[in-house]
Amino acid sequence: METLRVLVVDDEQGMRLAVARVLSPYTVRIDDTTGHTVRFAVETADSGEAALEMMAASAPDILLLDMKMGGLSGLDVLHEMRARRIDTLTVMITAYATLETAIEATKRGAHDFLPKPFTPEDLRVAVRRVVRHLMVQREAKRLAEEKRQVRFQFISVLGHELKAPLAAVEGYLQILKDGSAGADPAVIARVVDRALVRTEGMRKLIGDLLNMTRIESGQKRRELVATDLREAATAAFETASAAAAARGIRLALQAPDRAPIVADRGELDIILNNLVSNAVKYNRDGGRVDVTLEPGAGGGWAIRVADTGIGLTNEDAQRLFQDFVRIKNEHTRSIAGTGLGLSIVKKLAQLYGGTATVQSEPGVGSTFTVTLQG
Amino acid sequence: MTPDATPFHILLVDDDEDFLFQHRIQLENAGFRVTTASTRAEAEALADQARPDLAILDLMMEQHDDGFILSHHLKRKLPALPVILVTAVTSETGISFTPTTGAERAWVGADAFLSKPIRFEQLKREVDRLLEGKTPGGRG
Repeated sequence: METLRVLVVDDEQGMRLAVARVLSPYTVRIDDTTGHTVRFAVETADSGEAALEMMAASAPDILLLDMKMGGLSGLDVLHEMRARRIDTLTVMITAYATLETAIEATKRGAHDFLPKPFTPEDLRVAVRRVVRHLMVQREAKRLAEEKRQVRFQFISVLGHELKAPLAAVEGYLQILKDGSAGADPAVIARVVDRALVRTEGMRKLIGDLLNMTRIESGQKRRELVATDLREAATAAFETASAAAAARGIRLALQAPDRAPIVADRGELDIILNNLVSNAVKYNRDGGRVDVTLEPGAGGGWAIRVADTGIGLTNEDAQRLFQDFVRIKNEHTRSIAGTGLGLSIVKKLAQLYGGTATVQSEPGVGSTFTVTLQG
Repeated sequence: MTPDATPFHILLVDDDEDFLFQHRIQLENAGFRVTTASTRAEAEALADQARPDLAILDLMMEQHDDGFILSHHLKRKLPALPVILVTAVTSETGISFTPTTGAERAWVGADAFLSKPIRFEQLKREVDRLLEGKTPGGRG
């Protein structure tokens, strides 16, 4: 159970006591996921000056503030609070809740009003309302902070992912500049090739990054049209065919003659290209890639891409769809990748109300399944 | 170094293909013989047969501390082998993995620590310093 501190500021002692009497035994159940209960510790102040002093020492969670007091008025207290950056949620207690005072108090940051005279139940209702608001505010703050952290981490990892290939390219250029590669044309050619490979890696990373930003911001104009999943799979095969042929990997498609779906064709291409190119990259020489398109309920589809490659441990499979996660081991060391492909696939699948999952056995192969709702 | 003199043999260990290639060609161009390995296990196996005159190890390979452990093992097996540990960690994470205490340094046993990005002249200087007065293939 959580205890919220309530400060009651009123120059009438009877009012302070009454509020304390009502709120001390009162509890509010929070209807959020935590379902926890809140109780109240009531503190009192008999003037605006005293209240400000108390708040300067330690700000309460909720302020019940009388409008009309000798000395500093409720509005003066609000004004001072704003100046001192105390942002405690405030309920104004006022005998004459005219529109003007309401507007003025709201302008100065009051959250709600409690018109005098009020019944214990009026007070409880007002407090319950402000507690709910406080909880919503907290949750929003927590989510914003979480989002900020995720962003920071993303940017920091991205920085590293760009720095590594850049350093490699820089190293190669330096070698060419100072002639330390010697005069062997084969060595020089390999230096240039590697620099180009790393540049291409950077280009792919930036491409993935832009795709991802478009998906996440929701700003990419999606063109949902009647299209064919089979065509997208065939196109992905064509893209991967050279890499597959070079390593004797067979690509096979099992699908109905037509696989109609309403989707953005560009997005389908991204999904299938990522899955098929991964299945080739992480395969063994002479292996197979089997793509199956299966109709699901309500016009949806399941895309299954099975390889005969290095496979994954359960632990690796859990992390695989996260940003920048690449499984680092002796098999994957020399395989290029941005670490964003599967994260993008998953985000796209979610846009279609679907999922992206993997089943795998180390050394035997992996099967990636993406479902798309129709 | 005259062309027919036996060159010093350097064992270069890093899981970064480009680091290996760049430093191999630069070291070879500077007259060294270079053997490369990209994992700790591979390096340990090679060290037994290849008997290098000096080893250059990356700190972070499959495990974050592979370089430390490899250095420790190599030094135990070949106490006279000079070892240079190269690390990129400081600039990437802001955390220094360089052993700071005397005991840690003694355990790792490396003769020099360099942080990535390293300039070749800098590496060459360390290599020359550590090989000074030694003869290729000799254990002195």
